[in-house]
Amino acid sequence: MIRTTPFHERTAALNETGIWEHWSNHLVASRYQMSEKFEYFAIRNTAGLFDTSPLYKYRIHGPAAERFLAGVLARDIRTCPVGRGQYTAWCDDRGFVVEDGVILHVAPDEYLLTAAEPNLAYFQALIDGLDVAVDDVSADWGVLAVQGPRSRELLAALAPEVARLAYFDVIATKIAKVPVHVSRTGYTGDLGFEIWVPAADALAVWDAVWGVSRGRGVIPFGMTALYMARIEAGLVLLDVDFNSSRFAWTDADRTTPIELGLGWMFRDIGADDRTFLGHEAIRREIATTSSRWRLSGLILDWQDYDRIFDAAGLIPPKDHTPVQDEYYVYDDELNQLGYATSQMYSPILQRHIALARVPLDRTAPGSRVKLELGVSHRYEYFDAHVARLPLFNPERRTA
Amino acid sequence: MPKSTAPATKRATSKSVGAKAAPKASATRGAAARPAGSKRDGAADHAWDAIVIGGGHNGLTNAAYLAKAGLRTLVLERRHLVGGAAITEELRPGYWFTTFSYALSLLRPDIIHELELTRHGFMPILMPTTFCPMENGDYLLLGQDHGENHREIARHSRHDADAYDAFNHDVLKVCQAIKPLLDAAPPDIFSDDPEELVALAMLGSRFRRLDRKVLHDAVRLLTGSAADFLDDYFESDILKGYIASSSIIGTKVGPYSQGSGLVLLYHLMGEHDGEFGAWAFHKRGNGGFTQLLAKAAESFGVEIRLESPVESVITSGGRATGVALADGREFHAPIVVSALDPRRTFLELVDPRQLPTDLVDAITRFRFQGTSAKVNFALDGVPRYPALGDRTDQYRGFTNIGPSMEYLERAFDDAKYGAFSTRPYLDCAIQSQVDPDMAPPGKAVMSCFVQYAPYHLRESDWDTQRQPLGDTVQATLESFFPGFGDLVLQREVQTPLDIERTVGLSEGNIFAGEFLAPQMYFFRPAPGWSQYRTPIEGYYQCGSGTHPGGCVMGAPGKLAAERIIRDRGRAVAPDRANAVARDRQGAVARA
Repeated sequence: MIRTTPFHERTAALNETGIWEHWSNHLVASRYQMSEKFEYFAIRNTAGLFDTSPLYKYRIHGPAAERFLAGVLARDIRTCPVGRGQYTAWCDDRGFVVEDGVILHVAPDEYLLTAAEPNLAYFQALIDGLDVAVDDVSADWGVLAVQGPRSRELLAALAPEVARLAYFDVIATKIAKVPVHVSRTGYTGDLGFEIWVPAADALAVWDAVWGVSRGRGVIPFGMTALYMARIEAGLVLLDVDFNSSRFAWTDADRTTPIELGLGWMFRDIGADDRTFLGHEAIRREIATTSSRWRLSGLILDWQDYDRIFDAAGLIPPKDHTPVQDEYYVYDDELNQLGYATSQMYSPILQRHIALARVPLDRTAPGSRVKLELGVSHRYEYFDAHVARLPLFNPERRTA
Repeated sequence: MPKSTAPATKRATSKSVGAKAAPKASATRGAAARPAGSKRDGAADHAWDAIVIGGGHNGLTNAAYLAKAGLRTLVLERRHLVGGAAITEELRPGYWFTTFSYALSLLRPDIIHELELTRHGFMPILMPTTFCPMENGDYLLLGQDHGENHREIARHSRHDADAYDAFNHDVLKVCQAIKPLLDAAPPDIFSDDPEELVALAMLGSRFRRLDRKVLHDAVRLLTGSAADFLDDYFESDILKGYIASSSIIGTKVGPYSQGSGLVLLYHLMGEHDGEFGAWAFHKRGNGGFTQLLAKAAESFGVEIRLESPVESVITSGGRATGVALADGREFHAPIVVSALDPRRTFLELVDPRQLPTDLVDAITRFRFQGTSAKVNFALDGVPRYPALGDRTDQYRGFTNIGPSMEYLERAFDDAKYGAFSTRPYLDCAIQSQVDPDMAPPGKAVMSCFVQYAPYHLRESDWDTQRQPLGDTVQATLESFFPGFGDLVLQREVQTPLDIERTVGLSEGNIFAGEFLAPQMYFFRPAPGWSQYRTPIEGYYQCGSGTHPGGCVMGAPGKLAAERIIRDRGRAVAPDRANAVARDRQGAVARA
């Protein structure tokens, strides 16, 4: 039986389309109104509300919590004091990504971690006698994301201290008298926050946020608008841009964090004495630059795009709907170089863009490649160039 | 293909033109009267390759392209802000008014890319709905869902619901065929230059390749009436009224007039992210757009000087050498570009006696006769439409007060006899519903494009009729939205006379000259002068009075820059340039 999120009573009333999809056995809106693009513009121009409750959530606590996480997570948790969070990944001992998520250091010896898929048994198997517990608290919390340029002032009207949060800060505060965690995080690449609220009190917090939003053009947004924003922001999605190493059949379906564009997580690895899972392989990959490819941005050449469609007698489509599927990337002689995993027409960049795996010798911004797409029932090869991720990165995101 | 048939048509008022030129009385001085090379003021310290007169969107676009090509380019704008008619002003604290031009659609996509506008914050926000109230209290509300639109139209006519798809498909085919004409200068049909003959042949062959029906539809639209075209598809008054509203914008025609089809086609050819006929509201209005366009221009090295009204173009030996400002300052450059309308470009900035008689005659005949006004409101809240209760999502796009072709034609009837419409056509947009930063939380700003408001009033004048026009517009709105008047916090009325005075557009014509077949393409603004040159060497035109015309399109600015850059390349071989110039003069004489 499908479940609903703690905010469902409110989101259901706002969903004008009747279109829902399933996310980790929860009902979530694909879009709330007929135009997901209008929802997308709320994220980029005002603020949008997103119910991200179906994420798996783990509470890691106990005197050895930091020690445990330092050995499990690829990014050094010791640099994450109470009141801070990290976007992180965890790898297997061959240095392949198991999954990624956001970890919040909410209290001494206490962390909250999100994940797209279940990881409880995986983490518990790694405890190895340490004085730490990993609890699945997925159903205990509702998580409401408030994303967009106006998100800070909206939430500050409810909890003034939110205005002081730096990028990836987290605080315990109250909204509508309900104790909540508010983190300056999100999956849109914009200024944004996420509110962790005990599930039983979720509606009160929703109502408070909705109350200060009225008359300001703030609307809820669904999965499609979220995917649009995340592709522009170069934020990877499990089972789209990468697969969990745990369940891959071959290494072709595995990826290292460096290949996934997360090499920045290891900037200080020289001074990092941890023996975290995968560290040897990752150190070796860095030392020998043995990555097979790197996830990069692609920007299609607009003139070539128009020319190909014109030649086929078609009006060049500029469809913002995210296509989260594989399309192949070639060189000029049509030798396959790699493949794109997500693509769309970006309204804010006014270009067709993609996230793609390209070989290391093509990762320099401006490197030319061709993307294979079907036009009028045959493949055509579109000129594109490689660009640094994220493709859209407004100052306000971190300012 | 665009997935949605949503709002199939819409429009914008527009055109830029910043600097108002010298008053007519002084037009005869200028050029010849002023000795070339006199260097006053500190201007001589700067060596400019090009000077653009007027910082409207075409002037800015032109300057940006020139600077990108390496020319040291100066823009001189008469007012305290750039943008021409595409400006946004905070007329009341927290309330931002799109004073004149109010939506974006025809802006050429290549300009967005080539001038790297997204780097500077380009943000065209989708307007997902079109709301058409009816006089009986019913309405037509179109949105982004094809099935919902079908059902909504079927409420008014089952036949039309299906016919709407056919109409959109047929019109898209015409748009696809015609669109390339917007992105290239017209060939010069009066020239013997082999390059022009090749271009003409290519144009001909392009049309020969078209499907017969598409070509016929194109000609019907380009020459006929919107009513004739729409009657072939539809029976319902509200749908025809809505679409036909796009056939009268900015032009003194009614939907039954021959020529209205062309205006309709222009507005259908706009696009938002590849979707023809869709309109966007730029962040902070079209003023937000021109501000970032100015930033883009500056990033290429353009210098913009505000409050610098140009009085005349300085010429010497038949070529332009600079400009003189009203305050006596002079700026010198071998290239001078006028972004003003044809009347100012040819009859005011230079001495018409320097020009061929046939050109002066053609420009004198060029029809402006502005017929549009703007009434902008600051509102205490969003108006209520009784049939929709407390809903407000219908206001996320245009609200079209033109419930039938007859309503539009009767509004036109008043204008034919020199009066403004007693029951005007209104194209409204509650812009704060699309971009909430336009008004304080819970409040609203509403832009109303008004037609017909003829520049030449028979019985009165606009200084007398300004507020009566505002009252008429408000009363019309009150009849559709009971209680509207109680919401009004502030009202701004911009008559055609105000548009002329403030923006500099002759007779307040928003397109810098009407969209009528004899004033388009080969003939815009005059036969033989559709390629952005003028008879004065080094003096060019880039305003909306040139091809492809008005609306915030930018194409005239860009195409003029391409012409200038090509001519400059040719200038390296002076014999060739002289030959071209001679050929041109000869062509005019023959014409």
